[in-house]
Amino acid sequence: MRTKFSSRILAASSVLALGLTATACGGAKTGDTATSESCVDTSGDTIKIGFLNSLSGTMAISETTVFKSLSMAAKEINADGGVLGKKLEIVSEDGQSEPTVFAEKATKLIQDDCVAAVFGGWTSSSRKAMLPVFEGNDALLFYPVQYEGLESSHNIFYTGATTNQQIIPALDFLKQEKKIKSIFLVGSDYVFPRTANKIIKQYAAANGIKVLGEEYQPLGSTDFGTVVDKVKAAGADAVFNTLNGDSNVAFFKEYKGKGLTASAMPVLSVSIAEEEVPGVGVGNLEGQYTAWNYYQTIDSPTNQKFVTDFKAANGAKAVTSDPMEAAYTSLYLWKGMVEKADSFDVEDVIDASDGVSYDAPEGTVEVDGENHHIAKTALIGQVNSEGLIDTVWSSDKPIEPDPYLKSYDWWKN
Amino acid sequence: MDALLAQVFTGISAGAVLLLIALGLTLTFGQMGVINMAHGEFIMAGAYTAYVVSTIVASTELSLLIALPAGFVIGGLLGLALEASVLRWMYARPLDTLLVTYGVGLVLQQVARDIFGAPAKEVPAPGWLDGSIPILGYDFPLTRLFIIVLAGLCVAALLAVLRFTALGREIRATVGNRDLAETIGISTRRTDQATFFIGSGLAGVAGVALTLLGSTGPNLGTSYIVQAFLVVVVGGIGHLKGTIVAALGIGLLQAFLAHALTGSVAQVIVFLAIVAFLQLRPQGILSVRTRSLA
Repeated sequence: MRTKFSSRILAASSVLALGLTATACGGAKTGDTATSESCVDTSGDTIKIGFLNSLSGTMAISETTVFKSLSMAAKEINADGGVLGKKLEIVSEDGQSEPTVFAEKATKLIQDDCVAAVFGGWTSSSRKAMLPVFEGNDALLFYPVQYEGLESSHNIFYTGATTNQQIIPALDFLKQEKKIKSIFLVGSDYVFPRTANKIIKQYAAANGIKVLGEEYQPLGSTDFGTVVDKVKAAGADAVFNTLNGDSNVAFFKEYKGKGLTASAMPVLSVSIAEEEVPGVGVGNLEGQYTAWNYYQTIDSPTNQKFVTDFKAANGAKAVTSDPMEAAYTSLYLWKGMVEKADSFDVEDVIDASDGVSYDAPEGTVEVDGENHHIAKTALIGQVNSEGLIDTVWSSDKPIEPDPYLKSYDWWKN
Repeated sequence: MDALLAQVFTGISAGAVLLLIALGLTLTFGQMGVINMAHGEFIMAGAYTAYVVSTIVASTELSLLIALPAGFVIGGLLGLALEASVLRWMYARPLDTLLVTYGVGLVLQQVARDIFGAPAKEVPAPGWLDGSIPILGYDFPLTRLFIIVLAGLCVAALLAVLRFTALGREIRATVGNRDLAETIGISTRRTDQATFFIGSGLAGVAGVALTLLGSTGPNLGTSYIVQAFLVVVVGGIGHLKGTIVAALGIGLLQAFLAHALTGSVAQVIVFLAIVAFLQLRPQGILSVRTRSLA
């Protein structure tokens, strides 16, 4: 009886575990290509646009903030007279942190609600699931998060950084300013860290930097004892961190606990923004580096207004971060494209996109009509004692997007 | 040699974490046969207790020491409530219990999200656990050392209660043979409640300790519950010593494999090793001889 009991338990819990994994990696749904004729109604004095963010599930913590900054941009645009004289009418859908739901809701927004453009998505898997829907229906998606690059769709505009605007500048900073000769790579085990590290290793090989180790932990892992032992034993000049979510907390606590410091062995992270700092603990992060294109501390009138307005709408404790700013900017860029095209038609907007620029909180950005990314300035930041991030190094001018890294001769895919 | 020593320490401290999260389960699952999937959420409740205490108590030096007993009581009370409202009606139906407690776990996660918000909370560690001490040339983080000591104390306290107190004798008698225990006048109903209180309380203590290592969020429990069940099953259901051996064994195996290979591969191999081990020894490392369920 005892033995049957234990095997039953194992069977039952593995069924549960399997069920969870199965829902977690639901495949992409191909878009319905039957209705490529647009149904967008441009006759009234309003125009519909869609916001598609996860307002429930594990990604809700990040995507809700994007939804808030998009809503703020829409309100501002409406107060200012709208787009081509038409007020924006928002149709909001919940992606529920599920790629398949993103694809379904995108189809609904395009075919049933007849929106002129959709703004949202966060994880690469949600973007990949929506891509065929937007291409099949010839619709528009604005995607606001830094990602692993190597993609360029006719129907998507990418307003977050691609790798040559975040990861490569971060390496330039480490090489030029920190004079590193060796590096250690730590990441979560999924597509972004593995792609990023592939780029880092080729950059390192071309620039005479030794990669002393490359460690991946399963997503959500909180056991970093062994990893930090290896980092410490290797004694690299810096650590490049592509860990995601809660793993960062466990990693930095272990890092500090084993006596490693930002001055002796700095860690440069690409997934920790202002939002995440309190969860990891300011004490565990102070002095460590991050790579983004926007920080709340940017000292410009545009950004000060953005931060003040966002706090007024969402409470004094609210912070602004890179993906939120990229989402806010994306709505203004769409407005610029529509006004340049003098049309809401998807093809007209895409044709007009090249060279559209906007004086964003991060600085001036400009759309590249060919690869649909935007030129952005790379900023390396350092976490300060208040949990905000100060800019310590900048690429000084916007970097042209190069999602396939064609202009880097050391890169071989 | 240094690397070997480092991995032994890392393995032992990982084992101590496993031991803490599985200890309560050896009582509720092992001794009573209740499959409580909400055990992970009791751990989460303990972690949030530590967070609440840290916001109330001004001194970070003391808040951890206050949070430990508070976490025990909160975890225990949640356990009592679950036992009294749901589980007592389902002792004969273990698989139904699994589903019901899984649901209760989801409810508790949502409650935590509604009260504390989805973003993770930071619980500041006391100053006296800052940094590390060198043991045989290896810098041992004080937080890890604290968890090892805490796991040891919990085991000792549990053993003492089971061996030397009247309640302990009643628990052992009830586990050994429920009918016979009743005939000699033990209130098995009351014993069940006490056992469940202690088991769930230990989950709360584990939760408080885990705030030293990771983040405090609504999903905290889900990342530990499967590991906790694995430790109990490998150790031999209902056997405290087996649980200790299993927790340390799995911790060390994981640490050495992760050192030699990578974290992801190590996890897979550990799971495979456990499956293979249970094929050879389905009763676990140690097994309890009992008349009641034989």
